[in-house]
Amino acid sequence: MKHFHEFQQAVNDPLDYARNLKNDSGKEIVGYVCSYVPEEIILAAGAHPVRLFDTRSQIGLADLHLQSYCCSLVRGILEEGLSGRADGLDGMIFPHTCDSIQRLSDIWRMNIPAGFHLDVILPVKLDTDSARDYLTDVLRKFREDLSGSLEREITDAALEKAIATMNVIRQSIRSIYEMRSQNPRLMPGQDLYTLVRASMIMDRDRMAELLLETLAELQTKSDQAPSGKPPKRLVLAGGICNQPDIYPMIEESGGAIVWDDFCTGARYFSQMIPEGADPLSRITGRFLNRIVCPAKHMDLDSRASHLIGLVKEQNAQGVIFLLLKFCDPHAFDYPYIRQSLDKAGIPVMLMEINDPASAGGQMKTRVEAFLEML
Amino acid sequence: MSDKNPEKDTKTVKSEKKMRDIMTAYYIDAKTARQNNKKVAWITSGGPVEPLIAMDIIPVYPENHGAMIGASKMGIDLCEKAEAMGYSSDLCSYARADISCATVNGGPIGGLPAPDMLVCCNNICGTVMKWYEVQARYFQVPLFIYDTPFLHTEYSPEIKRYAKRQMEEYISFLEGVTGRKMGRDRMMEVGRISYAGSQLWQEVLDTAVSKPSPMTAFDAFFHLALIVTLRGTQQSVDYYRGLLAEMQERAKAGIGAIPGEKYRLLWDNLPIWYRMKWLAEKFAEHDACLVADTYTSAWCGSMQYIDVHDFIGSAAEAYTRSYLNLGVEKMARIVLGMIDKYDIDGIVMHSNRSCKPYSFGQFDIQKIVERERGIPSLLIEADMVDERSFSESQVETRIDAFIEMIRENKVAGR
Ligand code: SF4
Ligand code: SF4
Repeated sequence: MKHFHEFQQAVNDPLDYARNLKNDSGKEIVGYVCSYVPEEIILAAGAHPVRLFDTRSQIGLADLHLQSYCCSLVRGILEEGLSGRADGLDGMIFPHTCDSIQRLSDIWRMNIPAGFHLDVILPVKLDTDSARDYLTDVLRKFREDLSGSLEREITDAALEKAIATMNVIRQSIRSIYEMRSQNPRLMPGQDLYTLVRASMIMDRDRMAELLLETLAELQTKSDQAPSGKPPKRLVLAGGICNQPDIYPMIEESGGAIVWDDFCTGARYFSQMIPEGADPLSRITGRFLNRIVCPAKHMDLDSRASHLIGLVKEQNAQGVIFLLLKFCDPHAFDYPYIRQSLDKAGIPVMLMEINDPASAGGQMKTRVEAFLEML
Repeated sequence: MSDKNPEKDTKTVKSEKKMRDIMTAYYIDAKTARQNNKKVAWITSGGPVEPLIAMDIIPVYPENHGAMIGASKMGIDLCEKAEAMGYSSDLCSYARADISCATVNGGPIGGLPAPDMLVCCNNICGTVMKWYEVQARYFQVPLFIYDTPFLHTEYSPEIKRYAKRQMEEYISFLEGVTGRKMGRDRMMEVGRISYAGSQLWQEVLDTAVSKPSPMTAFDAFFHLALIVTLRGTQQSVDYYRGLLAEMQERAKAGIGAIPGEKYRLLWDNLPIWYRMKWLAEKFAEHDACLVADTYTSAWCGSMQYIDVHDFIGSAAEAYTRSYLNLGVEKMARIVLGMIDKYDIDGIVMHSNRSCKPYSFGQFDIQKIVERERGIPSLLIEADMVDERSFSESQVETRIDAFIEMIRENKVAGR
């Protein structure tokens, strides 16, 4: 991939990337922590959204604020803030999702003075009229608050433009996923992971351009017939995947990840913003139509049936469920999802992840055994 | 059940037997509801129970049941059963114990009566929503989620509208499940009783300002059961009236719960149900009295937002402003207020692996307290129900060191 190096650099050090972008473009940099943040509104405000994930450094400072039984994602994000590495941010946005992110917002507000601090207190259920109205209210308020913090108007025209950009990004990633599902050897899973991750970090206008070019580049490559023994087709599900090493490990064991159900993956792009009336209610519409994250309530079984649908659509042979240690929402859903997959005759393997650097040899043996069984 | 309550050796005597009798009768009622043509709703501890009472639906509290499981030391077994079902050992132990208990009808009372409906209010945590989803799948009964948006810094007009609208949705939900209309007059009456109960509970807790304190937080953990499970009933009002009289009498006569009370402490987070007696004795040995706690006051803390003339209209706000639904700065303010009110010398914080929303932020509260009031704090790492997370020797050493620190602090006249 021609642009791969650029994607990789952004992913390696998102905050450094953001700092450079700020110097070059003068845009304010706004950090956020979850896919329920409406990036379109941030873009329309003329600012640049960067999603924070974890840290590459040792956790030290965060230990003074969070107990050891907090997930590595929340601890890592706090570490970035406390260490001063996030000082270049002009603001932070915390959507309400799980109990841990909820307290992360509090602890961040109390200890990290840099920039403005906005909470987007989403409803926890999305299946009633009052919850939908409330969500609309929350996004309207977010638009006002952000506009106030940046002292800049957020116009409908700017929202339209941001929606268009984001739709290009989402549509392009989707097409790349589809192509790769047809031909998993088109690119390593790790590269795909890097590309999706880069879309949450890099300048979105540039990203949209680069993705279109990458798409065209891959299209010419995808005509070449795949060679060798076809890999076992897998769908990844569960919590956030912050471990690029997992992809090569699975591929070396003879598997190919053809789709996923991550908020950092397919859930990020699978829902376009619909056509229609005013831009804000269309952004709301996307959140309501999207398959929910386990910290939100839509009904009792759509997450499992969605996953089973994905496995069938993508012609996959099995599911690997990643469970990040101390992640409550996913840990509560895992047993029922596993049961539903069992009932549908879909093999599933649980991969528990302790901290971001722990996909060791034992895990590989288990993956090999699982793939053999498929 | 009676000999399994952990608090049997504490000293508030008169009301204790009454409490056990009431709780026994309550659970018998709940377990025979079906024979009596009554419906049972499972509801979260901080949920708006008053409409259930007004509609003659029996509320059952899995969290109270969880506390009983913990106190009977049946937690490890039930938690392990949940783990065998695929639930991670890092999940809330109330949830784990309840989820497995439902499938085996185990625990100290042979399981809870099966629900006809589930009412989940997330003003305490996000865990309850996931937990109640699990139970809604298992029991195949309707689930109502009362969504109380988190109050990081403010109670916004949007939140207010949403919270209020849900009260009406909640009532329609109940009317749908029961096929009956709710009597609004009856609702008003229950609201008044509930308010009176909370007020009395607050007054009971307030008696601990006396020196020596007539009661300890361990007593409060015990007497709490009714304001949780029978809130909105005349029975709870009568009970707390009796308890209040008893406490006032003791206070007046200068009878302390801890003879020779020297140090006054504040407890934070849920009790450690399976070590209550041990902890009570440990602190008593040091002449330390846990006079107050942030946990039991949660059932009366947001009472000021209730308007008895418009219970339905105002309850949404009171329930949304519950202690665990507030940002850490506000919690710290409340803690500081309690330190002043009860003249506290030190804080004991239970860092509870099971309860992330209660525990994350404790370190910051600790720092604020140390900075603003100069009093020391002790962190006990444990879990409210799952004994595997408790190390007696470690806790004992820490308590000894902590009391020593308070002693020095007091000698130095802080
Ligand atoms: S959803 Fe899970 S992984 Fe994400 S922040 Fe919350 S606990 Fe951590
Ligand atoms: S102990 Fe904490 S996590 Fe568990 S139900 Fe209670 S508030 Fe929720």
